[in-house]
Order: sequence, then structure tokens, then C-alpha cells
Amino acid sequence: MQTQDNTMTEQSRETNDMKSEKATDPAIESGLKRLTPERIQKTINQVLEKETGPRFKAYVETCMRCGMCADACSFFLSNDRDPYFMPAAKVKNTIWEMLAKKGNVSKDFLRQAVRISHLECNVCKRCAMYCPFGIDIAYMMLLVRRICHKLEITPQYIQDTVNSHSVTLNQMWVKDDEWIDTLQWQEEDARDEFENLEIPLDKVGADIMYSVIAPEPKFQAGLIYQAATMMHAAGIDWTMPSTPGWDNSNMAMYTGDNEISGRIARAFFETAAKLRVKRIVMGECGHAFRSVYDIGNRWNSWVMPPFEVVHALAFYHELLTEGRITIKEKYKKKVTLHDPCNVSRGRGLHDKARQVVNMVCEDFVDMVPNREHNYCCGAGGGVINCGPPYKNERMVNNRNKAEQLAATGAEVLIAPCHNCHSGLEDIIHHYDLKMEIKFLGDLIYETMEKKIYTPGK
Amino acid sequence: MNSFIAFIMGPMVWISAIIFVGGLLFKGISIIQSVRQKEPYIFSYMTVKHSLRSMGAWLVPFFPKSTRLRPVYYAISYLFHILLFVVPLFLASHIVLINEAFQVSWPALNDGLADWLTLLVIAALIFFAVRRQMVPEITYLTSAIDYLLILLVLLPFVTGFLAYHQWFAYRWMVVAHVLSGELMLIIIPFSRFSHMLTAPLTRAYMGSEFGNVRHARDW
Repeated sequence: MQTQDNTMTEQSRETNDMKSEKATDPAIESGLKRLTPERIQKTINQVLEKETGPRFKAYVETCMRCGMCADACSFFLSNDRDPYFMPAAKVKNTIWEMLAKKGNVSKDFLRQAVRISHLECNVCKRCAMYCPFGIDIAYMMLLVRRICHKLEITPQYIQDTVNSHSVTLNQMWVKDDEWIDTLQWQEEDARDEFENLEIPLDKVGADIMYSVIAPEPKFQAGLIYQAATMMHAAGIDWTMPSTPGWDNSNMAMYTGDNEISGRIARAFFETAAKLRVKRIVMGECGHAFRSVYDIGNRWNSWVMPPFEVVHALAFYHELLTEGRITIKEKYKKKVTLHDPCNVSRGRGLHDKARQVVNMVCEDFVDMVPNREHNYCCGAGGGVINCGPPYKNERMVNNRNKAEQLAATGAEVLIAPCHNCHSGLEDIIHHYDLKMEIKFLGDLIYETMEKKIYTPGK
Repeated sequence: MNSFIAFIMGPMVWISAIIFVGGLLFKGISIIQSVRQKEPYIFSYMTVKHSLRSMGAWLVPFFPKSTRLRPVYYAISYLFHILLFVVPLFLASHIVLINEAFQVSWPALNDGLADWLTLLVIAALIFFAVRRQMVPEITYLTSAIDYLLILLVLLPFVTGFLAYHQWFAYRWMVVAHVLSGELMLIIIPFSRFSHMLTAPLTRAYMGSEFGNVRHARDW
């Protein structure tokens, strides 16, 4: 395994950052150029005073600088326990400073604040489990991103996905006809296996609305094929919307563009309402689940989502335990499972996931730590969406994940989340781990009986 | 000078006690009012069950994962917090004073034991200060105020210890003890010491988010 010496002094780190920032992120640099000290101060104070409340105040006033959060953070662990990367240090270098200076901070400070909040924190909330007081540092990092958004210094690549959301209501600039076209293409292909297979569009009153994130039609259309096969084989009354609102992803949630984030979630729920479905089932994506289960509903004033939102992991569990899908022959290779933060720490689906893996695979080995305590993929929380310019540092900042994966000795890594999947694929290549990476759906599709479920049989 | 000492030993005790209790009470009420006004959603997610589940889990020594990763610090910190309340509240000479004022009393710690426990508290505080110097991630977070806070707790215990043994300047040591005790009480509502009030609240909220919404453990 490659290891890189990344013990840097404070100074060399700063100069490094400045260089790479200038070379790589024109959005941040041009945004900073436009800022005036007055606007910086006004914006910071507006967000910290008007958009927060007693919760934020309690977090700031309660932290006793005990350092117990340090052990939670992948960035800290991957960088040889460099204090700069510990969760509380991220608050010190952003929020505490903003409060101390009453918002009167420099552009260099802001350049660093963008970096800390967008690239050096996955908002995975592992540290909230390590703080004796339950202080939510991810919440404060999202506040910093909110400030960056209002100052228009969000990193370029992730801002582009938000622009796409704003225009098309999906993350990847997928056009309305391309979306329908892709679904029909997958339907046609899947008819090789099931003669009468359909991907029913806009079927009002169906039991289930199936929804995916935009990267699926854009470059992973095979996942829609697999899902359609499973739905068909399991005899599910399902539908997919043909109109915008089909995409459950939400990058605006991670840039602090709460207004667009709210619009996305609202369009999504309204689409389900229009189709009068009973439940929403979604593909293997973590952040999208967070958006519709935890964040988007709140912005739109629902305490809990207005529809039952079922993540793929829970849905697979249902299909397999109800016998709607049967496994022909269990998968032979040694597999391990990565618990994505948003469905494990975010929804407690880790035990169901293990049951599914054991129903599908012969040889399962757990990684350590696991379940809520699993190490982050390093890609989530919008970090991977900041794009290729930051890939190298992402690899360095997630060394502990590579070590954790290597220790399992597994041949196949199951990552039931799109962000985790992409991030871990990069990790596997960078650290030259001899591992294949798969979605759980890939394995179910591969091992299931390709026959149609009939009740009572 | 004598009138100053009389003030410190008399009315000031009452004033500091009132500021301590009143300050925390005021803080607690203003937090709840502010939640009502600005973040009423917090009440939508808080449940008694999950709040208690989380607090309970974090009260069991070494049950939460992070406490097992820093066992020495955690053990000392845990013990320190218990002694911080037990030693002053169950000290025979304090109980005598309270009995004189209110005619109530409760069983006291044996004086010899209390003496040792006081030394433990002092040792723990010195450990906290040294740790701030020695552990890089803690040093990174530490500012002068963190040492000041340690000093504020250290003073009443050190002066109390010296006064009890009457090794020198007994009269002045008692005055310094009372004065530093008052200072600590007064500072509590206005400093991070107020985590004695806010920590259970943040714990309860996070415990509710994890238990009620996330269906996951937060320890």
C-alpha cells in the first residue's frame, strides 16, 4: 500500500493550499475578487445572527476543548493525527474566528474557510458521536458553506451541479427527453430477460414510485436496468415519473443553497403526490436519502417526510424476506460491506444491510470499525463533487479508509451509496487494493432467480 | 479592611449564590424562550425517551466508544466531575455553616477522607493543565482562557486545603478560600462552565435526533 508523507508544517500547508487554490478553482478566486470587507462582514453576521439560534449558541458556548472529537475524523486519522484536521479545529479556524472578529475576516481567511468546510469535512457526523456533549460540528460546517454560498465563493464543480439543479431540477443537466429516452432504452434492453418487462411511466396510483439520482441516467443506466428487473421479477406495482422531480439527489443541500435545496425536495415530493403513490423507493444513494428523509422535508416544514421513503437497502431486505426475490446461488467471493453515513448513522439500516448481504453472499467479512462507527468514504458530503482538482488530496485525506479496507482481505467491496461508491473506487485504485467494488443491487441482480414472483408459490 | 472581610464572608456569599442560581436559571429560561421563538422545530424532534437514552449511555463509564479511546483522560475527568460536587457539598465544615444558617444538615465526609479527595481534585486539575500542554490536538484548541478556567476551579480547592491544615496565615487563607469560591460561582453562568446547564441540553437534542430520526446510536 502506498503511503504518503503528509506531515506538513502549518506554513508549508498554507503555501501549498494557496498554490493549488489559485491553479485549480477559478470560482473561489473570482468570487473572492468581487468581495468587499463590508459585504463579507454583513453576510457573515447575517447568517450567524439571523439564520441560527440557541442551538448554535449552545454549541459554541458548550465546547470545553477536550479533544475527544479528534479520533472520530478520517481526515485527522489519515493525516498522522495532525491537529489541524480535528473536528473542533475546523470550528476554531472558521466559526470561532468569525465570531471573535464579528465577521470582519480577510479574504485569505475565507479561502481557507471554503477549503475547510467544503474539502476537509464530509459532514458525516461521526464526531457528533464522539463528543460527550453531542455537539454537531457538521451543522456548523454547513453554516460555513452557507456563508460561502452567500458570498459566492463555492467551489466550481459543485456549484455547477447546483446550477443544473436550479435549471433542470436534476443534478447532471439531463434533458427531459433524454430522461424518458434512457428509461425506454433500459426497458428495451431488459426485455431480453423478461419478455413483458415495463418501466411504467407516470402510472397514477401505483404502490411505489422508484427514484434515482441523475448520474444513473447520465452514465450508469445499467443500474436502472437492474432495478427494473428486480421490480418486474418481484411483481411490484411501480412507476417512474417522466417529468422533472424524478431526481432525488440534492447538491444544493451541501453548498448551503438552502432555497434551491428546498425547491428540489419539494418538486420531488410533489411528483410523488401527483402520482398518488403509496411509498417512494430509491436507489443506492446516501446523500439523496439524507435530502428527502432528513433535510429537504424540514426545509419544506414537514417534521418527517410526507411520504414513506424507503432506501434500496431496506427495500432489498423486504423483497428477500418476503420471498418476492429468491437467490438462485449465493455469491461465492469474499465480500465486505461499507456502511454509508447517511443510511447507517443517518437511518440505522446497517443491520438490515448485513442480513441482505448474508442472504446473498456466502462469505461476508465485516470491516472494523463498522455500523454507525464506520469510517467515512471521504467522498460524501459534497467533497467528491468539488471535482477532479481536489482528487489527489482526497486520496491522502482518506488513507485510513484504505487501511481499513485492506485489513478485511475481501475480494469484493459492497458500497451501497453512489458517493461512497465513486470515492472508494478512487481509493482502491490509488492505494492499489486488489478489490472489486459493487453495489448491493449488482450482487442481487447477479444471483437472483430470473423468474416472476407469484403469490403463494 | 475588616469591613471588606466582613462583606466577603457575609453578604457576598449570598450575592454569589444568588448570581450562580439566578444566572443559570435565567440562562435556562432564555434558551427555552429563544428555542420557542427561533427554532421551535427542536421541540418537534426531542423526546424524553431518546434524551434519557443518550444521557444514560453517556453516564455509564467507558460505554461510549470515544471514552474508551482516551481512557486515562476520561477516567480522571469522570471522577473529577463527581468530586467537584461531592467534596464541597459533603465537607463537615461547610455543613456546619449551612446548619448555622438554615438549621438543616446531612451526613458529612470523614475529614481525613475529604482531605485526600481534595488532593485528588487538585491533581486532576493539574493533569488537565498539563494535558493541554502535552497532547498536540488539545494544545491546538487551547487558549489562555482555558488555563484561566482551570485556575478558577483550582483556587478554592487549594486555599481550602491550606486553610484546613492551618499551616500558615490561616485567617487570610480562609478569606482567600471564600473569595475564590464566590468568584467561581459568579463566573459559572457567564463562562463555558455553564456547560453544566447546556451540555445536558445539547446531549438530549443529539440523542433525540439519533434515536428518533436516525434510528442509530450516538455513543
